[in-house]
Amino acid sequence: MTKVLTDTRSIRIKGRSFLALVLSPEPPLDGWLARLDDLASRSAGFFLGRPVVLDVADIEIDRAQLKNLIDELGKRNVRIMGIEGGRPSLFEPGMPPAMRGGRPAPDVEVPTLEAGADAKAAGNNEAAAVPQLEQQSARAISSIVIREPVRSGQSVIFPEGDVTVIGSVASGAEIIAGGSVHIYGTLRGRALAGSVGNSSARIFCRRLEAELLAIDGVYKTAEDMAPNLRGQAVQLWLEGDSIMAERLN
Amino acid sequence: MAKVIVVTSGKGGVGKTTSTAALGAALAQRNEKTVVVDFDVGLRNLDLVMGAERRVVYDLVNVIQGDAKLPQALIRDKRLDTLFLLPASQTRDKDALTPEGVERVMAELKKHFDWVICDSPAGIERGATLAMRHADIAVIVTNPEVSSVRDSDRIIGLLDSKTERAERGDRVEKHLLLTRYDAARAERGDMLKVDDVLEILSIPLIGIVPESTDVLRASNIGAPVTLADSRSAPALAYLDAARRLTGETVPMTIPGEKRGLFGKIFGRRAA
Repeated sequence: MTKVLTDTRSIRIKGRSFLALVLSPEPPLDGWLARLDDLASRSAGFFLGRPVVLDVADIEIDRAQLKNLIDELGKRNVRIMGIEGGRPSLFEPGMPPAMRGGRPAPDVEVPTLEAGADAKAAGNNEAAAVPQLEQQSARAISSIVIREPVRSGQSVIFPEGDVTVIGSVASGAEIIAGGSVHIYGTLRGRALAGSVGNSSARIFCRRLEAELLAIDGVYKTAEDMAPNLRGQAVQLWLEGDSIMAERLN
Repeated sequence: MAKVIVVTSGKGGVGKTTSTAALGAALAQRNEKTVVVDFDVGLRNLDLVMGAERRVVYDLVNVIQGDAKLPQALIRDKRLDTLFLLPASQTRDKDALTPEGVERVMAELKKHFDWVICDSPAGIERGATLAMRHADIAVIVTNPEVSSVRDSDRIIGLLDSKTERAERGDRVEKHLLLTRYDAARAERGDMLKVDDVLEILSIPLIGIVPESTDVLRASNIGAPVTLADSRSAPALAYLDAARRLTGETVPMTIPGEKRGLFGKIFGRRAA
């Protein structure tokens, strides 16, 4: 049987950020769990529907203890989506995956007794958390400028905004930007614009020899690119699900 | 003040060891005290190219581990008394090199020599990163073909991030040495042209060594190509490259192209 592989629609892969709650257990774990129960009794459903990451960087814990801790949290309806700061030896199949590269965010306010021991507190917290997030993204629009060639094997990752390179991007190098990518030189490597879900991001380069181009998760490999664009100054943008390109004069 | 040079490439078989020996001999011929250091622990070759394989007693790993003193491991060349070799160990692997040990040996070599030339192993792992660690100058050996050029580009990135100089916020001086160049094949499009390579790597060119049987012959008799026949085309290219390393301005010629036909081949430099 032969499969038809000529479907030109590409698979869309996007990045998205969520604010996760990070639980950092403190020894002794029994005492810490008791305090957690206390918190839950004050505000039912505090962890409900929220991504929760377990941070074990600061505690001495072995695999059995970790497994037990995850079970204990499960009994309290706290589902762990990932574990941060754990040694590779701590993990076994079936456990939540290891997570890396988290960026700190402001502390989440824990409901206190004064705030009222009902579900309303959780609601308040949610309301408080949302404007905080919006504030962050409003502040984050920015750009970086790289004044030298980006060499093979190097990657520039800047989800916060635009990346400008004054120089070339070598074969085997990559630029990943939350906003647009500007290359004042030859683009031989990969350029991924709008990586955190920005369909209005564009890619500009003075000479196109790219291995791969992507905007907002829609990508094109060198093979799919129109041959008459090779070696030209080009800009690329997204229209619906297809990458459009045009020569710059 | 001693200068430390690393001869590196990323890719194997492009001519690092040949170039180390040839540049080392060329600098020593200028009466400057020079040592060539083999960092290719486990796959040493520099001793063969230098014709010193039958005189190796102690090696770099012995010095690093404190089993021998540096003067015991250094081998003086029989032809040039300003040229020395510090061989690598063949029976060990790169894990025997420690950052502290390499630092100590390099500091001691810098006290005694004008030029310390480190022959890097291929790859980007421990041996290669330790060989480049203390370099002031890097000679990036590249063949005019795409895989070699891309590997060299990767190495240049590492030179800008993993060396002691880079970590201090300083820069390693980088030079491109294009080897195994064949003008006729480049003209036919079988090989990258000099300008293509310079455009991709954008570092200054220090020499173009032509593809030649003289190189193989020199290796087989155990002599650096600059000593085996100093009139041969590759020897002349290496001698010019060595002069450029010392800061002299020497016009660049592309082997195989008629001299003077194109004005632009003189003083060729990339950004």
